[in-house]
Amino acid sequence: MAETLTVPKTKSGDGGGGDFVDQSFGDYGSGGESQKRADTAKLGLRIALGSVTMLFAAFTSAYIVRSAGEDWIPLAAPSLIWVNTVILLFSSVTMELGKRAFESWRPVAFRKWIAVTAVLGALFIAGQVAAWNQLASQGIYLQSHPHSSFFYVLTGVHAVHLLVGVLALFYVLMLARRYELTPGESSSPGVVATYWHFVGGIWIYLIVVLFYL
Amino acid sequence: MSEGHDDHGHGKQSFISKYIFSYDHKMIAKQYLTLVMFMAVVGGSLAMLVRLQLGWPGQHAQFWETLFPAGMAQGVMTPEFYVMLFTMHGTIMVFFVLSLGPVSGFGNFLIPLQVGARDMAFPFLNMMSFWTALPGAIIILISFFVEGGAAASGWTAYPPLSAIRSAIPGSAMGQTLWIVGMIFFIASFTMGGLNFVVTILNLRTKGLKMMRLPLTTWAQFLVGILGLLAFPALAAGSILLLFDRGLGTSFYLPAGIFIGDTLFPHSGGSPLLWQHLFWFLGHPEVYIIMLPALGFTSDIISTFTRRPIFGYRSMVYAIVAIAMLSFVVWGHHMFVSGMSPFLGTAFTMTTLCIAVPSAVKVFNWLATLWMAKIQFTTPMLFALGIVSFFVTGGLTGIFLGTNVVDIQLHDTYFVVAHFHFIMAGAGLFGLLAAVYYWFPKMFGRHMNERAGKVHFWFTFIAYYGVFFPMHYLGISGMMRRIYDPNTYDYLKPFQNVNTFISISAFILGLAQVIFLANYFWSMFKGKKVESENPWHANTLEWSTPIHPGHGNWPGDIPEVYRWPYDYQHPDEEGDHAPQWQPPAKVKAAK
Repeated sequence: MAETLTVPKTKSGDGGGGDFVDQSFGDYGSGGESQKRADTAKLGLRIALGSVTMLFAAFTSAYIVRSAGEDWIPLAAPSLIWVNTVILLFSSVTMELGKRAFESWRPVAFRKWIAVTAVLGALFIAGQVAAWNQLASQGIYLQSHPHSSFFYVLTGVHAVHLLVGVLALFYVLMLARRYELTPGESSSPGVVATYWHFVGGIWIYLIVVLFYL
Repeated sequence: MSEGHDDHGHGKQSFISKYIFSYDHKMIAKQYLTLVMFMAVVGGSLAMLVRLQLGWPGQHAQFWETLFPAGMAQGVMTPEFYVMLFTMHGTIMVFFVLSLGPVSGFGNFLIPLQVGARDMAFPFLNMMSFWTALPGAIIILISFFVEGGAAASGWTAYPPLSAIRSAIPGSAMGQTLWIVGMIFFIASFTMGGLNFVVTILNLRTKGLKMMRLPLTTWAQFLVGILGLLAFPALAAGSILLLFDRGLGTSFYLPAGIFIGDTLFPHSGGSPLLWQHLFWFLGHPEVYIIMLPALGFTSDIISTFTRRPIFGYRSMVYAIVAIAMLSFVVWGHHMFVSGMSPFLGTAFTMTTLCIAVPSAVKVFNWLATLWMAKIQFTTPMLFALGIVSFFVTGGLTGIFLGTNVVDIQLHDTYFVVAHFHFIMAGAGLFGLLAAVYYWFPKMFGRHMNERAGKVHFWFTFIAYYGVFFPMHYLGISGMMRRIYDPNTYDYLKPFQNVNTFISISAFILGLAQVIFLANYFWSMFKGKKVESENPWHANTLEWSTPIHPGHGNWPGDIPEVYRWPYDYQHPDEEGDHAPQWQPPAKVKAAK
């Protein structure tokens, strides 16, 4: 794979196929190559987030339509999700601290905050599973009634998105440990941070939709 | 590294990295087109079987039993087999031929070449996109061979038929595989769209402003946006459908559904919810298929009339308007769903608005063609075919977009006729026009012109032979998905029309054999291209070498000085000035 001309292995160094962000060609006229690449990655992420937004918008419209049904029984929020919410909000703070540490090039702090964020993210997902168990122990299952169905489906889809974020954090961490990230050049920390905040925002949005709409 | 993307580097590539897991957008495009050709043969064959049944309902030759022992036992086609045929015909054609061909195939091939980029913005994602589409296609094909056969709930997969596994044989494993295959397709298409939009926005070469983009690339840009915003709705809908099928939820399934003696435990679900989610994608999907064809048409007409496209700006604004309107018209697919007449009228209004930018496009093409010295090459013939289909199908769209008329015509053959002209016809001809036009760039050889023209005329006339009479059948009340029209006395007099349509369909199918033979023959034996710009066209892809290597231009990427339609420019020598040619004044100064 690395034989293909597309992967400038010596330059961005990641070699493998994971970081699509850094694999674009660099020939855009004079200088500013890495700057352009970062812009491309940022733009790509923003557009991808547009798609994710549409996914949740579609679920929301389905939710609104379905909630008009006669069999709609409002679900009480399992108490654990509030703990999870606090964890997720806190992880956004650590993510931001990590990103700033990267920008001002304090590599040790950067790695520390990224690791903390990843652990908090994993904790959130574990907490969500616990919240599902909490509901199930009350006898409220996926198929019990439409509100519970939506709760399980929407939190599940959100958890998948967050899992992608956790994996991306581990990837950034791996790059950082290999000394392959340079402030002002490498785009992945900034891109992952934006994604992380976005998925956090989606969670707040889901809470509002699920329990305050 | 940045200068080394020429042919010579390919010697080092292994077979696998060059032809299979390739990062090169041109190779990925060829992979897509090969897949599309295979899927088109499958989808087309299904249509032939549909026409076999409708042309001669009842007894068929015994030999069919050897091919389809369950579906055509003793030569009689079962209704279950028939519904599977048209379901899979629609699914394969809409998604795996008409979307993957013009968009994933030619979008991939043309975008970096036309914007002056070495490759797509995210080559790895691009490779992943193909390697997600292929498993999707394979899953769809495998579904023919599972118990109960492939999905049979129509390409629209309306619940409850698609949501209850025991509803009909095709609702079982076949429908599950259909949904899984679609989720793969959606993932692939979303990755592709992301690449399209970012590449066009960010990787344009120096001097290439958005308003200097060829209309083909403009179309692909909007298609990318449409896909990114519309397909998530189908993804969400499909996830909910999977839950209803397998996990006992009631998103779509209402109470009181009996299959045989079994009462299903669902309650309160809304089948209409699926229709809304599906058509929120479904209508933009129509333009995902059509816009590239309209872009190809503009570029090809301009090249072969040797004239600037008339009203370039209005062309751009027209497709932007069509793309935006496509998000607010989905309700016109649901006029008979019990929708409030007020809402229906609103959807009628937005739908009729699409006629305005569509008419702008047609008149611009006609103005370009008016009094021109037209070169009737094969790609030009197909482009003119698109204009013809666009008018025919567009006019019937006005009937169907109007709720009061649609209530009469809904789910009749009038609809089948309409979308086969506007979407399928324009999309198919766009794909064919693009193959004929860009074949020299893809393979360094020309396709055979004489065979191409024979292919065109048979296809064009047979296409009208198949689909034009369907308007009359539809007005006469023949239902869209009927297995045997002779069940109803009032449809018996139209059997001759159906037989005529079927014969035309077989001619249409056979004509495609000419194309396939021409394609593969020309790939190896076609007349070699003598210059890098055989059509004397203006767009940037024709500035690459005859066999562009990975990286597209051996030296620097050319700078762009002008729009792509400088034909017969009074200040320039010769009859055309390509985008990479500096203006005469600048040249003189140098």
